[in-house]
Amino acid sequence: MPCIEARGLRKSFGTTIALDGIDFRVEEGRILGLIGPNGAGKTTALNAILGLTSYQGELRVLGRDPWNEREQLMRDVCFIADVAVLPRWMRVSQALDYVAGVHPRFDRPRAEGFLSKTAIQRSSKIRELSKGMVAQLHLALVMAIDAKLLLLDEPTLGLDILYRKQFYDSLLNDYFDHQRTIVVTTHQVEEVQNVLTDLMFIDRGRIVLNSSMEEFEARYAEVTVHPERVAAARALKPLHERQVFGRSIFLFDRVDRQQLAGFGEVCTPSIADLFVAVMSNHRGTPQGVAL
Amino acid sequence: MNSQPNAASGLLNPSPVAPAAPSETRPLYWSVRRELWEYRSIYIAPLAVAGLALVGFLIATIGRALTSPDLVQRRLILAQPYTFATALIMASTFIVAIFYSLEALHAERKDRSILFWKSLPVSDTTTVLSKASIPLVVLPVLTIAITLATQWIMLLLSTLVLIGTGMSPATLWKQLPMFQSGLIYHLITVHVLWHAPVYGWLLLVSGWARRAAFMWAVLPVFALCGLEKIAFNTTYLTALLKYRLSGPEVFDMAEPGRFPMGAMAHHALGTYLTSPGLWLGLIATAIFLAAAAWQRRRQGPI
Repeated sequence: MPCIEARGLRKSFGTTIALDGIDFRVEEGRILGLIGPNGAGKTTALNAILGLTSYQGELRVLGRDPWNEREQLMRDVCFIADVAVLPRWMRVSQALDYVAGVHPRFDRPRAEGFLSKTAIQRSSKIRELSKGMVAQLHLALVMAIDAKLLLLDEPTLGLDILYRKQFYDSLLNDYFDHQRTIVVTTHQVEEVQNVLTDLMFIDRGRIVLNSSMEEFEARYAEVTVHPERVAAARALKPLHERQVFGRSIFLFDRVDRQQLAGFGEVCTPSIADLFVAVMSNHRGTPQGVAL
Repeated sequence: MNSQPNAASGLLNPSPVAPAAPSETRPLYWSVRRELWEYRSIYIAPLAVAGLALVGFLIATIGRALTSPDLVQRRLILAQPYTFATALIMASTFIVAIFYSLEALHAERKDRSILFWKSLPVSDTTTVLSKASIPLVVLPVLTIAITLATQWIMLLLSTLVLIGTGMSPATLWKQLPMFQSGLIYHLITVHVLWHAPVYGWLLLVSGWARRAAFMWAVLPVFALCGLEKIAFNTTYLTALLKYRLSGPEVFDMAEPGRFPMGAMAHHALGTYLTSPGLWLGLIATAIFLAAAAWQRRRQGPI
């Protein structure tokens, strides 16, 4: 059974189409990055998976219909939106008590263990914590829940670089076990490049690219082309071409690396560069792209 | 901070959580506790009022009753504050109940915490019921407990004063239990069951209104009353509203200077239980709460 399966998933708000009948499938044990410009439909897709919004089409999450079975589904699904959603009036100890009270799969000692590695005081109110500490607290709560699917919507937005690094480190070291599934949307693509197992680009409610990271690495190559070989390289129809410090950098799709090596230094592109290339081809101009 | 080994063993043996039979009442219980954490005025306000009433009573006892040369006057001074203290505590919880209901389903949307609450396995129905239980169960129980405690303290104080001045406290002791049972009866029949649709309506509007919930709760009702008056020159709606807010007539019998709501009210129980107003009100409450739960399912942060 796939963890998430969507067929013809569609959602519109008035005349704005947020999701334009997309199909996708996320297998168990994957870490999927959902990347797209603002307003691409990422959050709508997550909300549909979480049962927070109604939709047309077919969607099964862990075999359930999220819109009609949110309560049962939330025993196996965890969600961190952005750091601001923990209630600011609550005390840390109350947050622990409450989650322990309502969640049958919450392991309180485990959460306490994660918290003891931070500077968070049990008696503090959430409004007194820094943004990074709120993220640590939310992550500690979520990592102590024995869930099957974790959804992260811009989890590190507004955090400084130390907290951001630590966030993904703890997620990989203390949480991910190859049975759990993680779906993450983020604009900070560089941070998740080495974390993801799968990649999906979404734009204007449609899926523009859907690939595993192995496939991504095999398929795309970035070449810093020697000036005298530019014309030859261009003949192979690169996906994208850009200039950095007067040097031409070409991005190729499904071109033999042996052949490319003749043009210059070959490497795997960053997700960010591929994103820009794919989006500018898809849209004509890379307008509205926020990375 | 030597939590390292713990964390490591937790890794190897990922949280041996026994998915105990998911009891239906546990989420409700914790959701009600959650409300008490968030809205501490639910118990602070009546406690503070009770404290003030007791301070006032102490001043009256020491300052006025003990210095009054007239014994009858002295007894009156001691008997009089019971009703008043009770009315004050009831008024405070009534105000808390109104403002709580207008805030309850609004605040979680405004501070976006609704996303957090909805990420936990608690249904919208449980959440709405937990919020409705504050004005319909928690506040009435608190009102009764705090009022009775206040009255017993006042009774003890006045007994000491009366005995100290050679008078019998028997009348006070005889009257108080009757007054208290009348009070409990009044709270349950009027403040809980009769007013229930008012709270249901306020909760529904609090979840629905993006801002100014009070205005949305009150103005449309007034507008409809006005429309009826202008269009048909009738006031059925206004009368209905008044009937709902003031409670069934039979209870408007409090006389000043006496312990009200005594045995008379108990006689009216049969009439009360068979009045269509009670049952229609309860049906309306159920509809409002169901609508609030239906609506919460569709709502996110504002």
